[in-house]
Formats: sequence, C-alpha cells, structure tokens
Amino acid sequence: MPDFLTSQLAISLLLALLIIGLMQGVVAYCIYFERKISAWIQDRCGPNRVGPWGLFQPIADGLKFVFKEDVIPRHVDKMLFVAAPGIIFIVASIGFVAIPWGGQWKIGERLVNIQVANPDIGLLYILGVTSMSVYGVILGAWASNNKYSFYGGIRAAAQMLSYEIPMGVCILVVVLTMGTLRLEEITLQQTEHWNSVIPKWNLFLHPLAFLILFATALAEANRAPFDLAEAEQELVGGYHTEYSALKFGMFFLAEYSHMITSSAFISVLFLGGWHLPWLPWTQPEATGLFAVVCKITVLWLKIVFFIFLMMWIRWTVPRFRFDQLMRVAWKGLVPMSLALFVLATGLLYTERHRSPLWALGGNAAILIGTMLWLAVARPRITGRQAAMPVIDDAPISGPKPNLELGMTA
Amino acid sequence: MIRDEDILEIDEPELSAAERLYIPQILDGMKTTLRHMTKTLLGKPMTVQYPEEQRQIRVENYRGVHRLNRDQNGHVACVACYMCSTACPAHCIHIEAGESPWPDREKYPVKFDIDELRCIYCGMCEEACPVDAIELTYQYDLVGRTREEMILDKEELLAIYDATKDTKRRKNPRITGYPQTGDRPPPSPDAHDGGPRE
Repeated sequence: MPDFLTSQLAISLLLALLIIGLMQGVVAYCIYFERKISAWIQDRCGPNRVGPWGLFQPIADGLKFVFKEDVIPRHVDKMLFVAAPGIIFIVASIGFVAIPWGGQWKIGERLVNIQVANPDIGLLYILGVTSMSVYGVILGAWASNNKYSFYGGIRAAAQMLSYEIPMGVCILVVVLTMGTLRLEEITLQQTEHWNSVIPKWNLFLHPLAFLILFATALAEANRAPFDLAEAEQELVGGYHTEYSALKFGMFFLAEYSHMITSSAFISVLFLGGWHLPWLPWTQPEATGLFAVVCKITVLWLKIVFFIFLMMWIRWTVPRFRFDQLMRVAWKGLVPMSLALFVLATGLLYTERHRSPLWALGGNAAILIGTMLWLAVARPRITGRQAAMPVIDDAPISGPKPNLELGMTA
Repeated sequence: MIRDEDILEIDEPELSAAERLYIPQILDGMKTTLRHMTKTLLGKPMTVQYPEEQRQIRVENYRGVHRLNRDQNGHVACVACYMCSTACPAHCIHIEAGESPWPDREKYPVKFDIDELRCIYCGMCEEACPVDAIELTYQYDLVGRTREEMILDKEELLAIYDATKDTKRRKNPRITGYPQTGDRPPPSPDAHDGGPRE
C-alpha cells in the first residue's frame, strides 16, 4: 500500500469528505424522525406516503427545496441575504472537525487518529464555531429588512449572549477537572474506571454541569423550548421568513447539523465519547478495524440518544416567554454554573477533582441550595402590576364586577 | 368602554419551588408524551388513512350532500312549495315550479338545483320541508372539476336518493300523513324523536 494512503493526512481527508457527505443524509433523516416523533407524540402516523414508512420523504423534501423558486425580495440587502444561509451552513458543518470519532486505528505499523484534526484547542474551536452560527441568524434577520425577522435575530442574539455564559462556565468545569482542551485527551481520561466497574465519565462527577450544558446546548441550537428566534406565532416564522427554496433549506439543515455537533460535543465531554464500559472493543487499547467501527457506532448511538431527547423535549415543552428565558439564564443557570465553577476550582486546589464523592456532594449541595433559594425567594411584582391597587384576598367572594360591557351595575 | 371597577386583577398562580426549578415539571410532561409515543407505536394511531379507509359516521345524523326523495310511485316527492329555498341561509336552492302531472298534488318542481359549493350544510332545508322531500345524506366526498359540475340538478339529486335509500331510510312524514316508501316503524311513545324536550 502506498505510504500516503495510510498517513494521518489521508485518513483526515477521507474522514472529512465522508462526514460532510454523510451529514447531509443524516440531517435529512433527522428531519424525517423529527416529524415521526412529533406524530407519535400526538397520536398520529407521520409521513408514510413516500416509500415504505415514508422513508423517501426526506428525498422528496430535498427535491422540493431544490426546485422551488428562490425568491430574493426587492427590499433586502442582497449580499448579506445570500451570504447568511451560507455562513450558518458552513459554520454548522465545520464543527465536526475536532470531534474524536473512534480513537486510534493501527494500519500496519502506524497509528492514526479517527479524527479530522486534533488541535490543542479542540474544545475552544468547537465552542467558537458553534457560537458563530448566531451570525448567520442575525445577518439573515438583518438582511431581510423585515421587522419581524429582525425581532427574531435580536432575540437570537440576546439569547445567545445569555446562554453562552453558563455554557462556557460548565465547559470550564470539565476543563478544570480534565486539565486539557484536547477532545481526544478528554475522552481518553474518561475511559478509566473506578473499582474497574464504573467508568470515570464526567457525568458521574458533575451531573449538574451536564444538565446545564444540555439546556444551554438546546438554547445554542435554537431548539425548543428556547426557539424564540423562530416563534411562528409572534414573528411569522422568525429570522428566515423572507427565505425560500434552497436558502431556507440551508437554515433548516444548519439547525439539525448544529444539533448533531452539540450532541457529539456533550457526549465527548460528559459521556466518554466513543467509550463504553466493559466492552473490550471500545477501550483505548483496542486499535483494530473492528474496534474502530465499534467506537464510531458507540459515539453515534450517544448522539442519536441526545437527538431523540432534544426532539422529545421539543414536542413536550412549550416555548419560554422572553422574560422567563432571561430569568432562567441570568437568575438560574449563571449562578448555578458559577457555583459549580467555584466548586471545581476548590476541588482542584485541594486535589480532590477526581473524587466522585466530593464532586457529587458538591453538585447535590448546589442543587439543594438552588431549591431552597427558590422556596424562600418569591418573584417580586414589578412594573405596571406593582402600581396596581392591592385587591383583598378572595376576590371571587366579593362583589362581582359587571363583566358586560357598557352596562351600569 | 370598560370601567375601572369592572376590571378584576387576578394574580398569577404561585408556583412551588419544584415548579420554578422547571425540571420536575418537564420530566412530568415528558412522561406523558412518552406514554403517547409508546401507545401510538404499539397500538394504532388516531389517523384515518382517508382514501383507503373511511371514518365511521352516523348515517342518521351526518349532514352531507342533499338528496331528493321519491314517493311510493317513484315520482319526486317535492311539492315545489319553496319552503326550503326560503329557509336556506346561503340561497343555494333554486326551484322552478310547474303544474303537477300527478293527481296527488298541485305543483311539482320542473327544475330543482342546489349549488353544493354555496351550501353550508346547515340542514335548514331539511327542517323546513313539509313533505320531507329534501334530506341531507351521509355522503361527504363530493368532488367536481368545475363549478358548474357542483350545481346538482333534480335528476342528480334523485340519483343520490336511489344510491342512499337502502342505507339511510326516508323519514316518516308525520305532518302530511302521506304513505311513503321506506317507512320506519312508528316511534315508541316515550322516545324523543328530535322534538322539543319539556
């Protein structure tokens, strides 16, 4: 075999092509399953007309996007209008670069990483790239020159600003515990076991950080219940109102690629990436072809689980109101994640950062503290409501107001 | 104009600490949706796969396409009294009366057209008819390629009667006392037959 074919560069190139190609199909079928799951939750069948069980529905949808008229309204900023879906799409598809898909593969004498690139700052890279997707949203909203679209973009920006903070802090907790920004290294450190039974996944160290990171990932990907940027009822569709055909499709694809990236990212950070305990093929020592396939499958199963969870949540939970959204972020997630951060630094300082008892105890303490605070602190009535005269308790039993308009009591 | 004393200010219901943490409530909701999901996957979804299977409908109650009933001689039962077209809120019934060729009545409809596109299927014509000649059937899949096609004339309405008379029998016209084809057995005295309740 020529030397080049077994080099890291060749594998990286192959993997990049494979992922970019496969991802479109995976995303298309994500949309199919989104529709199926929403249908099942609502006691319906979902798409079932195109092909067996409607399996060709994504192809039909894709063709529809391709063949529809691509309208560019006269009042838009043309350059930005065209650039926005491209930006969001590119940003959503380059996040996969730093994900470690399947550990190492031994070809002949050589060990290659099943990873397109293994930069020192892999974690920061993904963080930076995924948060750039809001530029696509804001640019699309701005370029549309439409008030409602613009509202969508503004909401997306405010939301992104608020949720980046707890997200970043939760990731810092992982970084403090692991001591590295390399995603492959983070995965490797989680492949060890406590008492050779329980894997040292970060989930078992900082479950609260995992929960917060998952919530913020939903917000980052503009998924329900944080999908205020595309609130159909209020914004006539949101930031992509003016888009049609393939450009709209690119916004759509980007949302789902973003979901996949976030899921992979969370899996790597908290669920040990491609590692599954007790299975010999998913340990770092196994480097055969079968082991690599096993590892990739394991990571994808985790991703599929998260995507299912996201869809399940989307079709269960109603959208937050904007003030609720902000309150959740600034009064809930930010203090909680900061407390976690203090906990992680404290544990690191006392060199207990790998001790599950201390970490879990700290997480539980923070959760209980939050609950206590919620039980004690009542939301204050502000604004217009505060200026209203106080009505005696039991307003129903008092003199009933005359509800018929224009009638004198 | 809403007066201030008519305004009732109601406070938001206070949420418990668990409710304001959101997570228990979200899990509760997810439990419900999971139950629906498994129920749909294991059992049968609510959907009726329309062209292949059809919904069960109440033949007696459904308000679908009209029909013009025939009397025992096979003639159109209508006496061209214009009650239905007067009662019709959508003005979709057009009748042209002529002198009856049969001895049992004075007039009969020479033309009887119903514009099924204007019709709102309220059933007022059926209520108004003194001889129970016009009735709504259980057929709802009426389609046409042009608007003109959707204006049904007398022959088409009679054809609908012929097609549906076996499944939906004609009402007993108590008012006129005419002997009719397809009479139902007389209603039992204590059964409410759509009449006003005390």
